[in-house]
Amino acid sequence: MTLLSSVTGRLTAAALSLAVALPAVAQETPSSGGVANVAIQPEPPGLMLPLVQNAPTQRVAGNIFEGLLRYDADLEPMPQLATSWEISDDGLTYTFHLHPDVTWHDGEAFSAADVVFSADVFLRETNPRTRAILDHVASIEAPDDETVVFTLKQPFPAFIQAFEVGTLPIVPKHLYAGTDFYNNPANNHPIGTGPFEFAKWDRGSVIELDKNPNYYEAGKPYLDKIYWHVIPDAASRAAAYENGTLNIMPAGSVENFDIPRLAKLDGSCMTEAGSEYFNPFAMLWLNNREGPTADKRFRQAVMYAIDRDFAKNVLWNGLGKVPNGPFSSTLAAHDDDLQPYPYDPDKSRELLAEMGYKGEPVRLLPLPYGETWTRWAEAVRQNLEDVGIDIETESSDVAGWNQKVSDWDYDIAFTYLFQYGDPSLGIARTYISSNIAKGSPWNNVEGYENPEIDKLFAAAAVENDPDKRQAMYDQIQQTLHDDVPLAWIMELAQPTIYRCNVHDLITTGIGLNDGFKNAWIEQ
Amino acid sequence: MNFFKRFAQNRGALVGLVILGLVVLLALLAPFLYPDSPWRMVQRPFLAPGEVSGFWLGTDVMGRDVAAGLAHGAWVSLLIGLISTVVALAIGVPLGALAGYFGGKVDDALMRFTEFFQTIPNFALAIVLVAIMEPSTFSIVLAIAIVSWPPVARLVRGEFLSIKHREYVEAARLVGQTHRDIIIKQILPNTLSPVIVLASLMVATAILLESSLSFLGLGDPDTMSWGYMIGAARTVMRQAWWLSVIPGVAILLTVLALNLVGEGLDDALNPQLARAR
Repeated sequence: MTLLSSVTGRLTAAALSLAVALPAVAQETPSSGGVANVAIQPEPPGLMLPLVQNAPTQRVAGNIFEGLLRYDADLEPMPQLATSWEISDDGLTYTFHLHPDVTWHDGEAFSAADVVFSADVFLRETNPRTRAILDHVASIEAPDDETVVFTLKQPFPAFIQAFEVGTLPIVPKHLYAGTDFYNNPANNHPIGTGPFEFAKWDRGSVIELDKNPNYYEAGKPYLDKIYWHVIPDAASRAAAYENGTLNIMPAGSVENFDIPRLAKLDGSCMTEAGSEYFNPFAMLWLNNREGPTADKRFRQAVMYAIDRDFAKNVLWNGLGKVPNGPFSSTLAAHDDDLQPYPYDPDKSRELLAEMGYKGEPVRLLPLPYGETWTRWAEAVRQNLEDVGIDIETESSDVAGWNQKVSDWDYDIAFTYLFQYGDPSLGIARTYISSNIAKGSPWNNVEGYENPEIDKLFAAAAVENDPDKRQAMYDQIQQTLHDDVPLAWIMELAQPTIYRCNVHDLITTGIGLNDGFKNAWIEQ
Repeated sequence: MNFFKRFAQNRGALVGLVILGLVVLLALLAPFLYPDSPWRMVQRPFLAPGEVSGFWLGTDVMGRDVAAGLAHGAWVSLLIGLISTVVALAIGVPLGALAGYFGGKVDDALMRFTEFFQTIPNFALAIVLVAIMEPSTFSIVLAIAIVSWPPVARLVRGEFLSIKHREYVEAARLVGQTHRDIIIKQILPNTLSPVIVLASLMVATAILLESSLSFLGLGDPDTMSWGYMIGAARTVMRQAWWLSVIPGVAILLTVLALNLVGEGLDDALNPQLARAR
């Protein structure tokens, strides 16, 4: 199978994604000018995206840096720095043809050497998640200035999804080659190829980005400036949006209960598009090693006991989705036939009685990420107590939570993880036994060990035949669904609230993190 | 009889006593009025008071009955207020007594120790203690006791200093009573009235402290308390003001009642002072 994307294909893809993201907006001609005022919460620790991976950094720096590809809402690749690409029939060779007229913000010419340096040197050293993906890669070469060839050790179909700006951002070789990456002075004034250039950062107040006048896509970007405002208090942020100081409120900057109110204001629009690439998924770690949670029946009882629809409707104001199993429903590998665990306290009590649960106390560790998560833990505790489980809630700050989860010192713990676009990128890490290691709160923390699952995940990642791969993923989902290594409670929504005169804000599955190159403001 | 007459002469104290009685009654009846857990989600969220019959104070952000929370919270607030005061007295009274009775180096050592606690702001110390021990009813009671005993020690020491040279104490010493007997049987009973007054005010302070800690999210996560109710409702002030105001008024009334009662006790136990006023 050869995938060839031409200029025509690129236009179709762009038009399709527009239609998906903004169905109701009439297609008008974009006009230049205007300023975007965006809330950023919390303030990012830095803007050098290839070094700092925090969510707020990704949100701002996606305007400064670029990846080779972007992805639409269905995670189909779209051109960015690469205008076209081919994948060899054996799935081992990925050839990217780069845009010829790209320059860095400091005026230097961009070339294939920058791509090779970023992937092979810089990110292998600085980004563990990217490093894991690049483990499948045998060599990265630049036959000429406009071509990059990745040669894989074995077929790895998810590889085509790894070229997003947050996963594989391209860094300027002329500034970083041979330097100490972490102490390079350029980190304070990041230089990228993106539609906007770093201008100024008043710590604790505002980050200012200017239009890149030499951007390689003619006519873009449309906005003159982007201001990212740091306002720590949620009520003040909401007020700033109401009085017009801010015109874009990314997910997480508005308290859930306030979302309907702000969305209903005159001239206010809301969209849930733009998180398809990330798929944030909320779950409860259940300690598979010891205590009642080590018993499969207890874990199933937890699934039956939790009223997930209540949490969705009340705590998340109806946004988000109750998952039917371990895979987010937006993933292509999702098994649609899986029946979700219903809310059935009686069935739950039955299972507890069958396993002989005697009311041993079970500890519950909430995620200390603010109001909604605290309330959610209270609701889950009440659900579990209703079926007769004795719950003791523990309190902690973020550092304490990290520590307890990393040290496996918990019975039930709240968390959420990005599943990304493919199970081998974001899901396998939670279930395969080779990923059981103290010290990280993001690996197989629950301690689930199943050789069959290990084998299936490993085989599916490198299976090039989509049907065979899907069969394996279906089997994985059915097995996990029955074993309940952890409780799947919600596919989180990422609502963005913005003034309706801002158009084409979100045009890809990467959402705001993908930059504002298409956004324009109706004058 | 004299005592009650003097207490009753203070109208405010009587009002305080009535309010306090109602709060105690509410706390005692909570398990019968609302046998269900106050954490249970029972109705639509954000019901205004009286909007649906049976929920005369409405429901909170998750559809929990505010009235049930208020009743169970009364029990928690009173219990924590009382227990932490008893613990604070158990620390402060002996230290103050020893310092006042023996004087000299014992006094110096104990008072420097007391001052050490007095120089740290109460609330800041309580926050640190609870944060270190992890929030639970036990750690909260302990933290409140630890920050509130120094005034007790000071007061008891002062009383001891003024009483220990009275003739009846000298007499007891002459007949050969031990220090322990003199402290416990001769002096301590005569210092009780100011201590009782102080204790009633301490209960009020303890309730406020507990509420403030819960408000900041440092309460016992498994107990429904008034401070928690306000803390959880703070961010929805604009949508549902009553969620913060109702428990707020409960705290205000209870603390006010305790202060009024304390004043009445002061009048009743120190008649000379009362008449001078």
